[in-house]
Amino acid sequence: MNRIDAAFEQLRSKGESALIPFLTIGDPDLATSVEIIQALEEAGADMIELGVPYSDPLADGPVIQRASERALKNKISIVDCIQVAEDARQAGVKLPFILFTYYNPVLQFGLEPFFKHITEKGISGLIIPDLPIEEDEEVRQLAEAADIHLIPLVAPTSNDRVTRIAGKARGFVYCVSSLGVTGVRSDFHQGIDEFLSTVRGATNTPIAVGFGISSREQVERFAKQSDGVIVGSAIVRKIEEVLPLLLTESTKQEGLAQIKAFVSSLKG
Amino acid sequence: MNQVPDENGRFGKFGGRYVPETLMNALLELEEAYRHYSKDPAFIAEVRYLLHKYSGRPTSLYHAERLSNHLGGAQIYLKREDLNHTGAHKINNTIGQGVLAKRMGKTKIIAETGAGQHGVASATIAALLGLECKVFMGEEDTKRQELNVFRMKLLGAEVVPVLSGTRTLKDACNETLRYWVSNVNDTYYILGSVTGPHPYPMIVRDFQRIIGDESREQIMKEAGRLPDYVVAAVGGGSNAIGMFYPFIGDESVRMVGVEAAGKGVETDEHAATMTKGRHGVFQGSLSYVLQDDYGQVQPAHSISAGLDYPGIGPEHAYLKDTDRAQYVPITDAEALEALQLLSKTEGIIPALESAHAIAQVMKLAPTLGKDQIVVVSLSGRGDKDVQAIMGYLEGTGHESH
Repeated sequence: MNRIDAAFEQLRSKGESALIPFLTIGDPDLATSVEIIQALEEAGADMIELGVPYSDPLADGPVIQRASERALKNKISIVDCIQVAEDARQAGVKLPFILFTYYNPVLQFGLEPFFKHITEKGISGLIIPDLPIEEDEEVRQLAEAADIHLIPLVAPTSNDRVTRIAGKARGFVYCVSSLGVTGVRSDFHQGIDEFLSTVRGATNTPIAVGFGISSREQVERFAKQSDGVIVGSAIVRKIEEVLPLLLTESTKQEGLAQIKAFVSSLKG
Repeated sequence: MNQVPDENGRFGKFGGRYVPETLMNALLELEEAYRHYSKDPAFIAEVRYLLHKYSGRPTSLYHAERLSNHLGGAQIYLKREDLNHTGAHKINNTIGQGVLAKRMGKTKIIAETGAGQHGVASATIAALLGLECKVFMGEEDTKRQELNVFRMKLLGAEVVPVLSGTRTLKDACNETLRYWVSNVNDTYYILGSVTGPHPYPMIVRDFQRIIGDESREQIMKEAGRLPDYVVAAVGGGSNAIGMFYPFIGDESVRMVGVEAAGKGVETDEHAATMTKGRHGVFQGSLSYVLQDDYGQVQPAHSISAGLDYPGIGPEHAYLKDTDRAQYVPITDAEALEALQLLSKTEGIIPALESAHAIAQVMKLAPTLGKDQIVVVSLSGRGDKDVQAIMGYLEGTGHESH
C-alpha cells in the first residue's frame, strides 16, 4: 500500500487530520534539509512535501522564491532533492515523502527514468503545480504504473473542473485556499467553505488545504473541513529566520529546535 | 501544413498550457472570448480602425535601394514597423488585446516589459481606452531604461519594479502571471509576445500577422511576385511570426528568424535559444529553452533588450522542427555594424532588435542574384537605443538588457 494512503487510513481511524509541512530542499544545504525533515517528523508531521528549487517558480510567493534562490546558489538539482528522501529514510524518518516540483526539471530528467528513480528512492507522491489536467496524461499513466500518487491542485476558480480533477486524484486533492501564490495571509477566498464542500462531495479521495496557512488557529479551522492541512511558506519563513543558527555548527541544534517548536505549535 | 494551434493549443508537440490550476479558468475564459470576438465584425472593425487611424497602418514596404546596391545582391525591402505609433510593431498586439480586454468587461490591464517597448505600447492603449494599467518590469531594467519608465508614467501607467530572480524580463513575466492569478476577476493580462500558455501564442500571432499580410500584398503589387526570403529578428518572436505566418503556405518563400548570439554562441552570454537551447517547458508552454542539464532556466544576454529572453514562442519551435523556417544567430557586434550601415546608407536608425535582422541580410543578400527579393521586418526604430549604442560605440560598454 502507498504510504500516503496508509497514513490517511491511520489518521482516519483516530479521527485526526494530517499536518503536511513543506520545505525547500537545499535551503540552506542538503544535510540540514535531512535534519529539518527529522525535526518535522518529531514535531508531529504526518507526511512531508519536499520542494525542488526552481528558477521560475510561477505558483510561489516571495518566501519560497527566496528559498529557491538560496538553494539554487548551491546548485541544488532535482537529483539532489530526490536523494534527500533516501537519506532521510536512512536516518530513520518513516513519513511518506511527496516531491513538489515544477514540470521542467521532471521533463529534463526524462519521464520514464524519473519515475523509476523516485520509486527507488522512496517517494510516494508527486505534486507538479504547473501541470494542469489538460497536460498530465502521460505523467499520470506513468505515476499510476509506479504507484506514485499524482496529487492535483484545485482552486476556488476551478468551478466545473473540480469534478474532473478530483476524479483523477490519487493520494489527496490539494485544495488551494485562496487565489494567488503561496505565502502567508490572513484572509482566505471568501467562498472557501463552499469550495471545500464541493471538492469533498466530488471525491472519496482525502482532501487537504494549502496556500497561506500559518497559524494554529488556521490549521484547526481547516482540519475540521478537510483531511489534511499543508503548511509551506510559514515553515520556510521560519527556516529563513533561523538560518544564521542553522549555518553555525554550535547553534544548529537550537535552530532545529525552533523549527520543531513552531511546527509543534501548529498541531493542537 | 495543418492548422495550428489545435484545440489544445499545440503547434505539433509544442505549446500547451503549463500553468497552475489557479490560472486555467482565466485562460479558458480568454480563449472563449477571443474566439467569439475575433469573428465579430464590430470588434474587427474597431481594431482595424485603430490600426489605421491611430497607429498609421498600413506601414510602408520600402525598397532599400542604396542598401541593396551596397551589398550587391538581392533587392532588399524593409517592412517599416518602426513607423507605427510608439515606434515598433508592439502596438499591433496591444491595440487588439486592449480592445478585447474592454469587450470582456475588464477595467484593468497588466503587462510585462523588458526594455519597456511593450510596456509603453500597453500603457498607450490603456490611456486610449480608459483602462487602468500596471506594468511589471525587472528592477535592473527599470534602471537601464529610465526613459521608458518615465514614458509609461506619463501615459498614466504604474510601473512595478520586480525584485525576484534575475530582475529582468523573464522575472517580470513570472510576476505578471503571479499578479494575474490573484486578480483574475477584473484584470486582463496583455502578454507581449507569442510566448506563454495557450491561447496567447495564437492571439498575439493573429494580431501581428498584419505585418506579413501587408508585406505580401505590397510586394505582389510592387514586384509582381513573392519574395525569396523573409527575415525577422526573434526574441519571444512576435514580429517574426507576424511576418512569417501569411507566407507559411508559400513554399518558395524561405523564412529566416534571427536570434541574438550576444557575445557569441560559444560563450555563456547569448540569447540563442534555437541554436543552444533544448525542448523544455518555460512560462506556460513547451518550446526551446536555454537551460542547464537539470531544467533550470538560464539567464540570457543580448545587447538588445527585446531579444534578451531564454525562451521563444512555441510556433517558432514548430517551424524549426518541421524545417519550415531556419533560425540563425547574430552577435552584438554584428548587429551594431548593421545598425550603422543602415543608418548611413538609408538614413534609418533601426532598433537593436531589428539590426539583428539587417545583419543577417548583410550576410544573405550578397549570395543572391539582383533579381531576387528579401523582405525584412524592420520591427522598431532605434531612438530608444541611442544612448546604449553611444556607450557601445564609444567603448564604455553600457549594457542595455
